[in-house]
Amino acid sequence: MNFVPNTDRDRQKMLEFLGMNSLADLFAHIPDSIKLKKELDLPEGMSELELVRHVRQLSDKNANLEEYNSFLGAGSYQHYIPSIVNHLLLRSEFYTAYTPYQPEISQGTLQAIYEFQSLICQLTGMDVANASMYDASTAMAEAAALASGQTRKNKIVVSSTVHPEYRRVLKTYAEAQGLEVVETGYRDGVTDLEDLEAKLSDNTSAIIVQQPNFFGCIEPMKDISAAVKKTRAMFITSVDPVSLGVLRPPAEYGADIVVGDAQAFGNPISFGGPHVGFFAVTKKLMRKMPGRIAGKTKDKDGRRGFVLTLQAREQHIRREKATSNICSNQALAALAATITMVTLGRQGLKEMAVQCVNKAHYACQQLTTVEGVKRTFSAPFFKEFVVTADRDINTINNGLLKQKIIGGLPVERFYPELKNSSLLCVTEVKSKEQIDELVSAWEGLK
Amino acid sequence: MTEPLIFELSKPGRKAYSLPALDVPEKSLEDLLPEEELRQKDPAFPEVSEVDVVRHYTRLSQLNHGVDTGFYPLGSCTMKYNPKVNEDLARLPGFAHIHPYQQEETVQGALKIMYELNRYLSEITGMERFSLQPAAGAHGELTGLMIIKKYHKDRGDNRRTQVIVPDSAHGTNPASAAVCGYETVEIPSNDKGSIDIEALKEAVSDKTAALMLTNPNTIGLFEENIEEIAAIVHEAGGLLYYDGANMNAIMGIARPGDMGFDIVHLNLHKTFSTPHGGGGPGAGPVGVKDFLVPYLPNPLVEYDSANNRYYLDYDRPQSIGQTKAYYGNFGVAVKAYAYIMSVGGKGLKEVAENAVLNANYLMRKLSRYYHLPYDQTCMHEFIITPKPFKEKGIHTLDIAKRMLDFGYHPPTIYFPLIVDEAMMFEPTETESKETLDNFVKSMLQIARECEENPEIVKSAPHNTPVGRLDEVTAARKPDLKWDS
Amino acid sequence: MFPKDFKYSREHEWVKIEGTKVRLGITHYAQDALGDVVFVELPEVGTEFAANDSIGVIESVKAVSDVYTPVSGKVVAINEALLDSPELVNEDPYGDGWIVEMEMSDTGELDNLMTAEEYQKFLKEEA
Repeated sequence: MNFVPNTDRDRQKMLEFLGMNSLADLFAHIPDSIKLKKELDLPEGMSELELVRHVRQLSDKNANLEEYNSFLGAGSYQHYIPSIVNHLLLRSEFYTAYTPYQPEISQGTLQAIYEFQSLICQLTGMDVANASMYDASTAMAEAAALASGQTRKNKIVVSSTVHPEYRRVLKTYAEAQGLEVVETGYRDGVTDLEDLEAKLSDNTSAIIVQQPNFFGCIEPMKDISAAVKKTRAMFITSVDPVSLGVLRPPAEYGADIVVGDAQAFGNPISFGGPHVGFFAVTKKLMRKMPGRIAGKTKDKDGRRGFVLTLQAREQHIRREKATSNICSNQALAALAATITMVTLGRQGLKEMAVQCVNKAHYACQQLTTVEGVKRTFSAPFFKEFVVTADRDINTINNGLLKQKIIGGLPVERFYPELKNSSLLCVTEVKSKEQIDELVSAWEGLK
Repeated sequence: MTEPLIFELSKPGRKAYSLPALDVPEKSLEDLLPEEELRQKDPAFPEVSEVDVVRHYTRLSQLNHGVDTGFYPLGSCTMKYNPKVNEDLARLPGFAHIHPYQQEETVQGALKIMYELNRYLSEITGMERFSLQPAAGAHGELTGLMIIKKYHKDRGDNRRTQVIVPDSAHGTNPASAAVCGYETVEIPSNDKGSIDIEALKEAVSDKTAALMLTNPNTIGLFEENIEEIAAIVHEAGGLLYYDGANMNAIMGIARPGDMGFDIVHLNLHKTFSTPHGGGGPGAGPVGVKDFLVPYLPNPLVEYDSANNRYYLDYDRPQSIGQTKAYYGNFGVAVKAYAYIMSVGGKGLKEVAENAVLNANYLMRKLSRYYHLPYDQTCMHEFIITPKPFKEKGIHTLDIAKRMLDFGYHPPTIYFPLIVDEAMMFEPTETESKETLDNFVKSMLQIARECEENPEIVKSAPHNTPVGRLDEVTAARKPDLKWDS
Repeated sequence: MFPKDFKYSREHEWVKIEGTKVRLGITHYAQDALGDVVFVELPEVGTEFAANDSIGVIESVKAVSDVYTPVSGKVVAINEALLDSPELVNEDPYGDGWIVEMEMSDTGELDNLMTAEEYQKFLKEEA
C-alpha cells in the first residue's frame, strides 16, 4: 500500500503530456554510475490488516504501564491524561498542518501556541515563554548557550542533582560550542551550597539547578539564589511544571531562564519521546530567546489574530549568525499540554500536585517500614524519593517484575556511590492499593 | 470570525477535570514541604467546563488548514498524506505507555522497532548505521556536525574550522554550523542552480570540515556533478553531509551513500509520512558510513543474535555523547516504521517516481502562465515566479495569499534566496491528477486576475478567518501572553 | 536623500561630524532595504569600539542587520527613543532616527569615508 492515488492510465496520460515514454525518463539525467541497480532490500509492503497484526505483536512484547504497576519517574512521568486530549489531538486540522507560516489559515495552531505561552508564564511567573522546545534536556542546553552568549563568559556550573541525562546533553552541546561545564557536589540529596559557591568564578555564565531535583528533593532555592545573585552569572532552573501547583514560581527566586518538560501534562511517556520542552525568560532576554514565538496582533480590518513574531531571532533569517538552529517546536505535544492544563484549571493543578505530595509521602513512609529499607536523604521531597535497601536493587526489581510491578530506578547507574538505592515516583495516578501492593511485594521478597 | 482565548471563557468554580478522592491520609503542605518554597498565589489558569474545552479547541482546529483539509504543495516540506493507521499503532499501550528506564527485557518489541527502522533507513540511504536520537531535521544537522567535529578532532586535525554551504541551502545549514562552532563559507550556484564547481575548488582547503548539501537541491534539481563534488571535498580532507529534506525524490532510485555522502539526516515527518503536527514533533535520524559509526550518539540499539535479544549499548567511548535525553522521538519512529512496512521496498520507489511525475506534470502545466527560471526536468519540486505580472505590481506574497481563497495552502515562498520572488511547489505522490488539474485551473484564474483585476490579488485573502495580519506591530510591540 | 555635510560608509552608515564627536545612523537606502524596523539593539554608553566593529543590531520583520561604526572611539550617547519607537529609523533616518554618538579616538579615520556624492556613486555601482 503506497497511498498513491494515480492509476496506470493517469500516469500514462501525464507522461504523454511531458513527452516521455516511461517513468525512467524522469530520472534520465541522473548519472548512471550512481543509479541504484537493485531493488531496495526491504520487506514487501503489507496490507493494513497484516500491518496491524505485525505491529501489535511487537507492542505486545512490551510491558506497558497501564497493565503493570510502575513506580518509575526520573523525568518521564505518568499523570492523568484527560480523555478529551486524544480526541482533540486527532482533529486532523491540527496534526496534518505544517508550521503556521501562513497565519490566515493557521489561526488554530497560532492561538493554541499563544495560550501555551500564557500558561507557561502563569506557572513560572516569567515574562515570556516560547512555543516549546524538543524536550527539557535540549532546552537546558540552549539556555546555557543563551546565558553564555549574553554574559560573554564560558563556564557553566551545573548541580549534580540535575537529571543526569540532561547534564550529558548539556556537555555534548557545550563541547561543540567551546563552553566549559563544571558540576557541583550534593549533600543529603540537595546541591552542596558551599561547593557551589566555591565553583563560581568571574568566568561563570550560568548556574543550573533543578527543582525538584533528580532525587525528587526540594532544593533550597532561596539560599542558592542568594549565592547566584552575588555573581553576574545567570540563574537557570529546570522545573517540573506539575510541582508548580504547590511550589514557588521560579520568577520569585530570581530565575533568569526557566526550562522544563511539559510531558507530564497530557503526553504519554512513549519510551521517552516525543516530550515537550518549555523555555521562559525575563523580559530582558525576550529578543534573545531561541525557538518560535506566537504574538497577538490585528488584521487589516482590526480583527484579532496571531502570527509568528520576533522572527529576526531565528535561523532562517540569521543563517550563519544564528545562535540557535531550532526551526520547529513540538506543537502537537504542546497542544496536548495546553489542553491538559486548561482542563485541570486553577483548582485541578493544585489538587494534582497536592495528591502527588501526599501519595509519595505515604509510599515513602510505608516502604521504609520494610526491613532493610531506609530513606537515602532526609531533604523534603515532592513526588519522588530515594530509598536504600540492604541488597541489590536490580534483584529486588526483578522480583517485583514477576508480580507485574515495575520498581524504581536503580540510581547507581548514574551515581555509582549510591549503591542499592532506588528512585521511586508516585503521582496522583497511583491508588493506595497499588502503593500497598508494592510494599507488600517488596516485603515478600525477603 | 475570532475565537475567544480560553482564559476569556473562564468562570470561577467551573471544572473540567475529575480526580479520585485522596485515598491516603492527607497532611498539610506545610508539614510536608519547606514553607519558604511554597507557592503563595495560584497561577491564573482558566476555570472552564469540559464542553468549553472541547468546543474551544474544536473551533480552533477549524481555523487551520491541514493535509486532510486540502492540497498543500509546500516545497521542501513534503506534505504528503499521513496514514491514519499509523496514528492508531503509535497509540498502542505497548508503545505509548512504556518508560525509558524499564528493564530491557520488558521493552523488546520497542527496541526491535528501533533496530529494524535503523536497518531500513540505512538500506534506503546507503549508510551503515542510524541513530534515531535527533528530534528534528535541524537537530539531526547539529548532531551530524558534532560527529564531523569529533571525527576531525580525534584524528588530531584541528585546522578544520569551516563548513561549506551553497547559497541555495536551507537556513538551518549555516545556522547549525554556527551553533556547532564552525565558520560558514558560502559558495555561489551556477546559472543552472547547481553548485559552481570552480567556486567549490576555490573554497576547499585544509580548513574544510565538511560540505553540507541537499540533493536534489533546494531548486528541485539533481546535482548531476555530485561525484566530482564529493571527490573535491574528500581530496581536501573534508566530509560530505547530506541534508535529507528532499529524500522523497530518490528513494529506490539513487542513494546518498552511493553518491559519496558520509553522513545524512532524514526527516521522518517529510519522507516517511509522519504528521507535522503544526510544527512538530518530528524526528531527524542521523546515518553514517562505517568509519563514523563509533561517533554516533549514545546509546545505540544492538541485537544479540545468540540470545535473540535487543539491548541499549552505552559502551561506546568515541561517541559524541547524547544530544537528547533518552532515545529520540520514539512515537514518531513507530509511525515511520509502520509506513515503511506498509509501502515496502518496491513501494518506496513508486513513491519517488510518482512524486517526481506529479512535480514535472504540474511544473509544465503552470509554466504556461508563470515564469519558469530553470527549464529542465525537475525532481520532486520546482520553482516558478510571478515575473509576467511584475508590471502589474504583483508579488509572490500576493499570489500566495490569493491561493488561500481557493482553498489551497500556498507553496514555499521567497525561498531559495537565490531566485527572486520564488514560489516552490512540491505536490508529493499522494495527490491525484485530478487534484493537480483543478489546482492548475485555479492558478490560471489567478494569472488572469493578475492581468485583469490585480487589486483582488493584492488585497487577498478574502475568504479566510482573518485577513493579512499586521506583523510589524506584532514585532514592535510584542504581545506574547494573556495577563490576568 | 543624502545630506551633503554627512560622511558615508560602505556598510551604509552615515556620520555627522561635530568636532571630535560623531553622530551615527543608517542611510535612507539601508532603512529602505531593511523594511519596517521593529527593534534596535543599542550598545551601552561608555563602551569602546574599534572602527568596523558591530555596535548594535537592527531588526525588521524579515531581516536583521548589524550596525558597524566606521570610526574608533567611545559611545557617549545612545538614542533611547528608538527603544520604544524603532520606526524612527524608517521615518527620519538622518534626524530622529540617529543611533549613537561617539567620541572619536582617531579623527583621521574620517578620511576613509565617502562624501554624499561618492556614496551615491557607490550605490549605483552596487546595483
